[in-house]
Amino acid sequence: MAGILIIAEHRQGVFRPITLEAVAAAETIKAGSGGGVAVAVIAPQPGAYVPWVSVAAVDEVITVTAPNDEFDPDVTQAAVKALIEARKPSVVLMAHSVDSWAVAPALAAELGLGFATDVFDLCYDGGELVATRAAYKEKVFVELDFPGKETVLLTIRSNAFKPAAGTGSPAVSDFPIPGLAPRTRHQGWQEPPPSGGIDIPGAEFIMSVGRGVGDEANIEQFAELAEVLGATLGCSRPIADNGWLPKARQVGQSGKLAANCKLYIAMGISGAVQHQWGMKHVENIIAVNKDADASIFTVAKYGVVGDMFEIAEELKAQAGRN
Amino acid sequence: MKILVPVKRTASLDDEFEMRDDGRDVDADFCEYDINEFDEFSVEEAIKIKEAAAEGAVEVVVVTVGSEDADEVLRKCLAKGADRGIRVWDDAMEGSDQIAIARILAKVIEREQPELVLTGAQSSDHGFAQTGIALAGLLGWPHGAVVSFLDYTPGSASLSFRRELEGGLEQQASIALPAVLTIQLGINRPRYASLRGIRQASAKPVEELTHGDLGLGDDQVGEAGSLSHVRRMYVPERGRSEMIEGTPAQQASRILQIIREVRG
Repeated sequence: MAGILIIAEHRQGVFRPITLEAVAAAETIKAGSGGGVAVAVIAPQPGAYVPWVSVAAVDEVITVTAPNDEFDPDVTQAAVKALIEARKPSVVLMAHSVDSWAVAPALAAELGLGFATDVFDLCYDGGELVATRAAYKEKVFVELDFPGKETVLLTIRSNAFKPAAGTGSPAVSDFPIPGLAPRTRHQGWQEPPPSGGIDIPGAEFIMSVGRGVGDEANIEQFAELAEVLGATLGCSRPIADNGWLPKARQVGQSGKLAANCKLYIAMGISGAVQHQWGMKHVENIIAVNKDADASIFTVAKYGVVGDMFEIAEELKAQAGRN
Repeated sequence: MKILVPVKRTASLDDEFEMRDDGRDVDADFCEYDINEFDEFSVEEAIKIKEAAAEGAVEVVVVTVGSEDADEVLRKCLAKGADRGIRVWDDAMEGSDQIAIARILAKVIEREQPELVLTGAQSSDHGFAQTGIALAGLLGWPHGAVVSFLDYTPGSASLSFRRELEGGLEQQASIALPAVLTIQLGINRPRYASLRGIRQASAKPVEELTHGDLGLGDDQVGEAGSLSHVRRMYVPERGRSEMIEGTPAQQASRILQIIREVRG
């Protein structure tokens, strides 16, 4: 048992750079794992992705020819299972992505691998691999280990590691997998609904509302406040799920990335990791929340513990005076 | 036909909380409990399928792994329209991770033989996102994760569904039954139980089982049957916002000042 195996991701013919975050995670434990770093690419023409994963930290790229370009959890599971049996890696890393959610637990359960998901820190303590993740709405951290497990499968939280860079020249080898009778059939992609002119990725100043807004009837006053302040109105997932604001305003992993934002005001948003994904990089974050322990206060530069409605009324009154 | 819905009683922390003496979890005295938010959506989806079918054509069975305290979660689902409940527990299950829980649920599914299993995509307390798909892996069933839409006619051998991917892109697919699907938030609008539903729920059956009843050995449940082990849980030292104090008027004034500084 030695070395680290990473499973590369791609979608709609495009390489997913989160793979390089998993490579960066691998670099931090490479010495302890007792072997090299190999990246497996599973695709109809896997060779096309080899240049993308040929970064300095990667020793080997394994190409696995898959029947279809679209993700099929059965194909990935069969391929990774065969790779684990052939290569006996001590650690297998995948991104903590929606596609990994569909395959990693089945693989771990089938093979009895040590297993943890949404890991953002990992190290060897003596000979023991230790993975750290969060729980209870990010309020606590948890260290997990895997006694007696020869291979450990971990999924890595996005944005926890800076993508591995630098050019490398890994060895490339092909790995055959047996054909499978498909049980799931890809039928097409559905793009998110048109944004109707709402531009979260382009906005420099965003004010978002979250669950704290409480009721659909309360949305209007925050829309007015955003206009008075000159901010683009955003929201967290529950607000879009309830249909109170269009999906195009949702900031977060299943919504939009506030890519150009310089100032972000979070009103009544607790700061779930999915929401943080879309905004925590913003330099100036002001959070208003009634829960002093809300995890939003760990990413915000400025915090107000208080009633978002009172603060909103004051903001509107005072901004109107200027 | 039968739809089986595993549900979890999840914990959320009080404002002030303390760790358990062994330092591996939060002391239960500082937790509040309710049904996992994601499971509200999987239960609703199952009840919707039942209601759209002929009377008596679809049975919805809710299952939980947990001590007596978890009964309230089953009753809540029964009040919303599930037909019966199963609660599996004995002391040997203490310390089970998600995979050990999935192993227990897999045995219940082998007994019940549903055509469809709907779970929450993840739990709102630990968010591992493991149980549903691990369950499918143990059963060897087809599976789909993070489902945002499903279209199923009871009696058909397959169903079509959409998975919600990063950035709001969705993948449309069909899947052969029996299958396990994990349900994403927002797939529907979960109902509240009616008073009549709550009254009826108390008369609905809840079967209680142990790991022995399911043919599982002591080494297949609890910590022995788990793939991970909690070393410790702790409150991390993290950076914290610069807190703006004062009256709401003073706080608003400071926020406006920051806006002006940043915006120029």
